[in-house]
Amino acid sequence: MADREPILEVANLVKHFPLTQGILFKRQIGAVKAVDDVSFELYQGETLGIVGESGCGKSTVAKLLMNLEQPTSGTIKYKGEDISKLSGRALRAVRRNIQMVFQDPYTSLNPRMTVGDIIGEPFEIHPDVAPKGDRRKKVRELLDVVGLNPEYINRYPHQFSGGQRQRIGIARGLALNPEIIICDEPVSALDVSVQAQVINLMERLQDEFDLSYVFIAHDLSIVRHISDRVGVMYLGKLAELGTDGEIYDHPTHPYTQALLSAVPQPDPEVRESRERIILTGDVPSPANPPSGCRFRTRCWKAEDRCAQEVPVLAIPERFAKDKGGVAHPSACHFAEERDVVHA
Amino acid sequence: MPEAEATNVNKAVRATGAPESDVAVTEGGQPAEMAASGPVPGKPRSLWSDAWHDLRRKPSFLISAGIILVLLVMAAWPGLFTSVSPRSGDLTTSYLQKPELTHFFQPEWLGYNQQGQSIYARMIYGTRASIVIGVSVTALVLVLGSIVGMLAGYFGGWLDALLSRITDTFMGIPFMLGAMVVLVSFDTRTTWTVTMALAFLGWTTIARVMRGSVIAIKQSDYVMAARSLGAGTGRILLRHVLPNAAAPVIVVAMIALGGYITAEAVLSFLGIGLSDPAISWGGDINRAQDQIRVAPHVLLYPSILLSITILSFLMLGDAVRDALDPKLR
Amino acid sequence: MSIEMTKAEVPGVPLLEVRDLHVEFHTRDGAAKAVNGVSYTVDAGETLAVLGESGSGKSVTAQTIMGILDMPPGRITGGEILFRGEDMLKMSEEERQRIRGDKIAMIFQDALSALNPVLSVGYQLGEMFRVHRGMSRKDAKAKAVELMDRVRIPAAKERVNDYPHQFSGGMRQRIMIAMALALEPDVIIADEPTTALDVTVQAQVMDLLAELQRDFEMGLILITHDLGVVADVADKIAVMYAGRIVENAPVHELYKRPAHPYTKGLLESIPRLDHKGKELYAIQGLPPSLTAIPQGCAFNPRCPMAQDVCFTDTPPLAEVLEQDGGPIGGRASACHFWKETIHG
Repeated sequence: MADREPILEVANLVKHFPLTQGILFKRQIGAVKAVDDVSFELYQGETLGIVGESGCGKSTVAKLLMNLEQPTSGTIKYKGEDISKLSGRALRAVRRNIQMVFQDPYTSLNPRMTVGDIIGEPFEIHPDVAPKGDRRKKVRELLDVVGLNPEYINRYPHQFSGGQRQRIGIARGLALNPEIIICDEPVSALDVSVQAQVINLMERLQDEFDLSYVFIAHDLSIVRHISDRVGVMYLGKLAELGTDGEIYDHPTHPYTQALLSAVPQPDPEVRESRERIILTGDVPSPANPPSGCRFRTRCWKAEDRCAQEVPVLAIPERFAKDKGGVAHPSACHFAEERDVVHA
Repeated sequence: MPEAEATNVNKAVRATGAPESDVAVTEGGQPAEMAASGPVPGKPRSLWSDAWHDLRRKPSFLISAGIILVLLVMAAWPGLFTSVSPRSGDLTTSYLQKPELTHFFQPEWLGYNQQGQSIYARMIYGTRASIVIGVSVTALVLVLGSIVGMLAGYFGGWLDALLSRITDTFMGIPFMLGAMVVLVSFDTRTTWTVTMALAFLGWTTIARVMRGSVIAIKQSDYVMAARSLGAGTGRILLRHVLPNAAAPVIVVAMIALGGYITAEAVLSFLGIGLSDPAISWGGDINRAQDQIRVAPHVLLYPSILLSITILSFLMLGDAVRDALDPKLR
Repeated sequence: MSIEMTKAEVPGVPLLEVRDLHVEFHTRDGAAKAVNGVSYTVDAGETLAVLGESGSGKSVTAQTIMGILDMPPGRITGGEILFRGEDMLKMSEEERQRIRGDKIAMIFQDALSALNPVLSVGYQLGEMFRVHRGMSRKDAKAKAVELMDRVRIPAAKERVNDYPHQFSGGMRQRIMIAMALALEPDVIIADEPTTALDVTVQAQVMDLLAELQRDFEMGLILITHDLGVVADVADKIAVMYAGRIVENAPVHELYKRPAHPYTKGLLESIPRLDHKGKELYAIQGLPPSLTAIPQGCAFNPRCPMAQDVCFTDTPPLAEVLEQDGGPIGGRASACHFWKETIHG
């Protein structure tokens, strides 16, 4: 995989939201460090999963990738070109290739527009993609592709169920034939029986259109199912990054281990035999993160070194020669393998 | 500002504030139990047509809309309702003549005033002033307030700070007192002057409501989605923000309409509204107060019609608000 | 009647029993039949998980038990809710209030909106003791601190005067649990208690709830859509679909061999954590609209096993037996073809 050119390359991405006081004369009193030095690559046709708990910055990463927020520093390169500094026409051209599917199908569709107008809007913004006379036909095709009856073209979003609305959102994302789709919790608002349908649809579309996904979610099982590689985020930083097997079967970062062990598994046999790591306390505020390793306040392995030195995301030296799954980047001074998933 | 108006503004703001909190609840969660209702698709039904469906079944809407319709016709074609001129009076035969309550829709039906003019005819002809002022103030206020509110809400930053402070300044001026001060400085006051004076002071409510809804809507996912498609500011404002922010603003405006009619009547009553020879309910009520002991009917009937008109607009606004409330869907 | 009398166990009578409950909602499209003949029981020290998707009627049933159903548009059209053998729906409002405050407590999904933002946590916890037990302000506060300790809120003494927004999501949910526990109820109904929480915090809260339930010997009704949470804590499960219970089973049994095609489909449609797996099995179609529940078995449009009989006859919730006809115990399925589903 390493010899291929990445389609998307994120380097040292930082996003700080200033905290201000005062109404007319604002002064900065601090910053929420939502994303702090995050780097990863995305290759053509693969799915990169990003997992983490609320407030870890995963949704901010999505917005940065979509150019909906400006990064404080760092670069986002699409096919070698930094897109985070683009604007106007050049930005619009790039947008055609990177699209997004939102979490909440109840708020991501304009309630005053018909389904046809919603899916057809990309063509109005980018008129060169489809000539005017073709648009209606294109919209019907897209509805068909995502498994909705093309006859529903004149209906309004509130006439559909959550799963159907998410299909509409996906159709809108597909309209411009993008290469990359950023999915921000695309199924977490859906019912279990409908989640599987949408996941299957997304996998089918990936094969059909050779799409690359950045799949952001908090549900670790779903992320494992759909992802080729997975990044685990904690308080604005990547804690661990690797293939799905490396992360789930050979986790080396204590946070990943705790996270995985906390997932309730739909198998009562597992509940007696599985080892569970129950973390104490809550996630600290990203406005005032701990020094050194950000996980140290909840980590059972923490020593003085963790408070002073920020661990870098790299393959730990002692695993470098290992042929198994342990040799993958992990941002921990005391990385060590521990299987918490299998009974 | 009237008390009722203020509380209604709050309700409208709360209704539009809803999307924000909804997002927070669904974060990693599950949609509300009652949200799912299977595959409905029957006919295309927009939110407006749904609201219309609800309204048609509401007695309070039907009654108020019916009354307003009659008032509008009266304002447009007063000649349909009475054959006599409101200005012709015969002091010798009909000075302060008492009503003949069984002579429906006749000039003498509701009696005569001290000029010997038919009160019924004057009420019919007075409708136009009230309705024209009420409707045009509302229209002006909607346009001005919406523009200010939308700019402030959407662009934020220094523009918001500036526009919001201007709004606050205008809001600080007591509505009636301000209108009086403005109108006293005119020698002749036409429908146009009164309209401008009221609109000049009345747009702030709409601006505030608009700003509130726009702030909520600009953070919504569908605006994000449009931005990520590359939509420009104009498209986002006109296709996404305005249609969704309109509902609460229209409701507030409808309820305020009754208030503007009141304001016109009060100003005319105080003698600083429409000047003669314009016919208005407020002016007639003003002139009637001298004879209140001898001829209470001169005061009574225009007052009743004024109250019914104001009540109808309030009821209509209320009914429309209920029908548009997303919480009830 | 003294408190001691009502506390007494009546042999053979379940602690809480819902019997053939029917609830409807009035909507513009007609009556939405949210609950259509639900029956379940829970005993002291037992955890019953009610599993279902949105619109299955699991929360409406709970709200009916707690008497917090919005009426109108809601309407109870039939059934009984028996607390220690007495029908709560036939009681006077006063009696009902006493049971709901004292004997049955509820934990909600969204702790932030369930707590009053302008009152301190200590005040809200203490209120339970002042109102229901007539304690003094000082004693009530001491009790509040004790409770906060019990649900393991660190530095309870210092934090008792804090306001809800000053606590994190997990801590707020602990406060909700403390509130529910305050009067030592016999039954706790927890409606998606951990859905709004992060995985690592979820585990803490679920553990706490399970431990407290053991200590207090309470009956716990856990309402959830999460098959993982259920597997972790439940003793027995009732699976709901379109306002009916479609399957009853002890927890181990249900996961090993489901006896209803819906349960089976659900179990197959969730991805696994411990291996990657291939394409997910997906139950086709959508849950029915509650205003137009299909005739016969409500699951028939989505069921891979549906036969003619499924479109005409509503399957009863029948006892599920072993292949040789022997009893399994505690199992029932509302499927005409449960034998084929469970045995092969």
